[in-house]
Amino acid sequence: MTSAAFLAVSDVIVGYGGNTVLDRLSLSIERGEFVALLGSSGCGKTTLLRTIAGFNRPQSGSLTLAGRDITLAAPDKRNMAMVFQSYALWPHMTVAQNIGYGLKLARKPRHEIDARVEEIAGMLGLAGLEDRKPAALSGGQRQRVALGRALAVEPDVLLLDEPLSNLDARVRLNVRHEIRALQKRLGITAIHVTHDREEAMVMADRIVILDKGMIAQQGAPHEVFNRPMSPFVAAFMGAENIVDLAGVVEGNRVEIVEGPSNRRAMIGLDGRRLSSGRVEARFRPEAAELVPASATAASDRNGAESRDEDALTLLGTVEQTSYPGGCWRHVVAVGAAKVAVDAPTAIEPGTPVTLRVPAAALFLFDAPGRGAEPVPRLVAA
Amino acid sequence: MSALSMQDGRAAGKRLRLPFDLKWLPRAIVLGLVAFAIFGPLANLLLWTVAERWYFPHTLPLEYGFSYWAKVFSPRGVAWESLFTSVFIALLAVIGSLALAIPAGYALGRLKLPARGLILLVFLIPQAFPNLPVYVNIARFFYDVGLNGTIAGVVLVHVTHGLVFAVWIATASFAAVDAELEEAARSMGAGPFRAFFDVTLPLALPGLMASGIFVFLESLDEFTGAYFVGAPDVQTLPLLLYTAGAGGNYQIASITALLLLIPSIFFMLVVERFLRADVLSRIGH
Repeated sequence: MTSAAFLAVSDVIVGYGGNTVLDRLSLSIERGEFVALLGSSGCGKTTLLRTIAGFNRPQSGSLTLAGRDITLAAPDKRNMAMVFQSYALWPHMTVAQNIGYGLKLARKPRHEIDARVEEIAGMLGLAGLEDRKPAALSGGQRQRVALGRALAVEPDVLLLDEPLSNLDARVRLNVRHEIRALQKRLGITAIHVTHDREEAMVMADRIVILDKGMIAQQGAPHEVFNRPMSPFVAAFMGAENIVDLAGVVEGNRVEIVEGPSNRRAMIGLDGRRLSSGRVEARFRPEAAELVPASATAASDRNGAESRDEDALTLLGTVEQTSYPGGCWRHVVAVGAAKVAVDAPTAIEPGTPVTLRVPAAALFLFDAPGRGAEPVPRLVAA
Repeated sequence: MSALSMQDGRAAGKRLRLPFDLKWLPRAIVLGLVAFAIFGPLANLLLWTVAERWYFPHTLPLEYGFSYWAKVFSPRGVAWESLFTSVFIALLAVIGSLALAIPAGYALGRLKLPARGLILLVFLIPQAFPNLPVYVNIARFFYDVGLNGTIAGVVLVHVTHGLVFAVWIATASFAAVDAELEEAARSMGAGPFRAFFDVTLPLALPGLMASGIFVFLESLDEFTGAYFVGAPDVQTLPLLLYTAGAGGNYQIASITALLLLIPSIFFMLVVERFLRADVLSRIGH
């Protein structure tokens, strides 16, 4: 952790009653950065946000903002503004009063407040609604008011607690880009809590994946997506196909031993932390190339040795096809495992097929039960 | 053939039908009796307020008039003074109990169940005791400290009496205000008190008003405590009513009762408007 970090969370422990929600968590955020805290429910992401906001007090550890220790500072003394999942708009105040409240507290002159409220309402497409009460607004409009109220005070850090989860899908896609564009234009530091992987990927500069109160991995969206460091992150990033293999590590390569449903393969380690033994291979449905076995058999006979360089070939049988849109999704039985694979054309159920997974899209981990923690299967929502 | 028999059947049905439906009769009788039980005494009271002469065995007053109204409201009459005393005490009781019920209700409203329900239940225990021995003891104690026969003493008794309900209603009102609304205010830079006064209090106000009105009406009607602690130095309307009634002065008693009825009915309507179902439903939550 660098001391230059704008917002630094250091070794923070937060718990309710007996159970620890955040376990010695450290995170540093640069000025102007948009960070997404991603995780399934109960992983502690909202607790972390509320701790940063000052609504939860850490049992140990510290928080600093621009060099100032804010560990024990009251929520109103942190110059952060939070957008709540429920929006938490004050029903007895009009839109203008909601947005202008923070400025009123700062004892800004009346005309200045009016001008700023008008500016924000215009920026968020709320012009003309200033005199309405929140009850008379649509969900999307309420969300904008909540955002406008937080932006009006020009906070050092904008905290967003799943602000899009109550919007319907179509509005949500627009608002994502609007918030991101606004954040870039105003240069605000923002922390966004979400359980939606795509939302986090689209909006954030950096994704922080939380699991059981600890950071599982953090990095730019493409890094986390393409280089998951653990089975948990891989699963969260959509690589839910699991195949058990055996591997032998030699130098900077791993040799996948030929099995009943896979060919022998040599895969470059390329930074993967792996040891010899049982290997858990994970890949995304769209990462594998699906070919009927009859088509590959001919070409294989030409090659003297059926050994793949930098790609894994799996043998299986198509069990089921469906068309979710864009491409055909096949459920393929590979040994005891069932994997989902996308292909541009449908292949009849019952057809023997080979799956080719390029090394770049293949995530290899030491199989659970070999010292590593067991990995819960979870659906990336 | 079949059409003919159907016609016959209809004709037979018509012959049996009475000019009114018999099955309504028991309901009408029960409703009538209930109405009489509720409104009978009130009608009697209203008659007494305008009766000049009325004695046994006459069913209705012998003579009607407003001379007793003039007597009650005459400048030398005690009714005005009692009315003012009563209203003054009631207002002080409202201020006193709200001053306690607002912080208590706020704390309890933010408390998690089941602790909240348990504490509220404990508050109810004093209400389970018979009033009379409690007030006799209070009166004895007030004698010792010199509070007997003072307005402050009566106010104190009424505050304790109304507090339970005031706290209950205030708790429900505060619990109905989402804690996140207050957190949002804190997040925008409001201190704890500012957030309370700008957000939580205005949103809980309808319930608090209802709670205040409740205490006001309770105080206005309260007799036992006022009798033991206040009488004869502090003369509230119920005490006046009691003296008049005990002295056989039914006209004055009835007119006083009617006076007591006015604020009750007025505030009942206000309470009905302000105490929304969603606030009431939070009491047990």
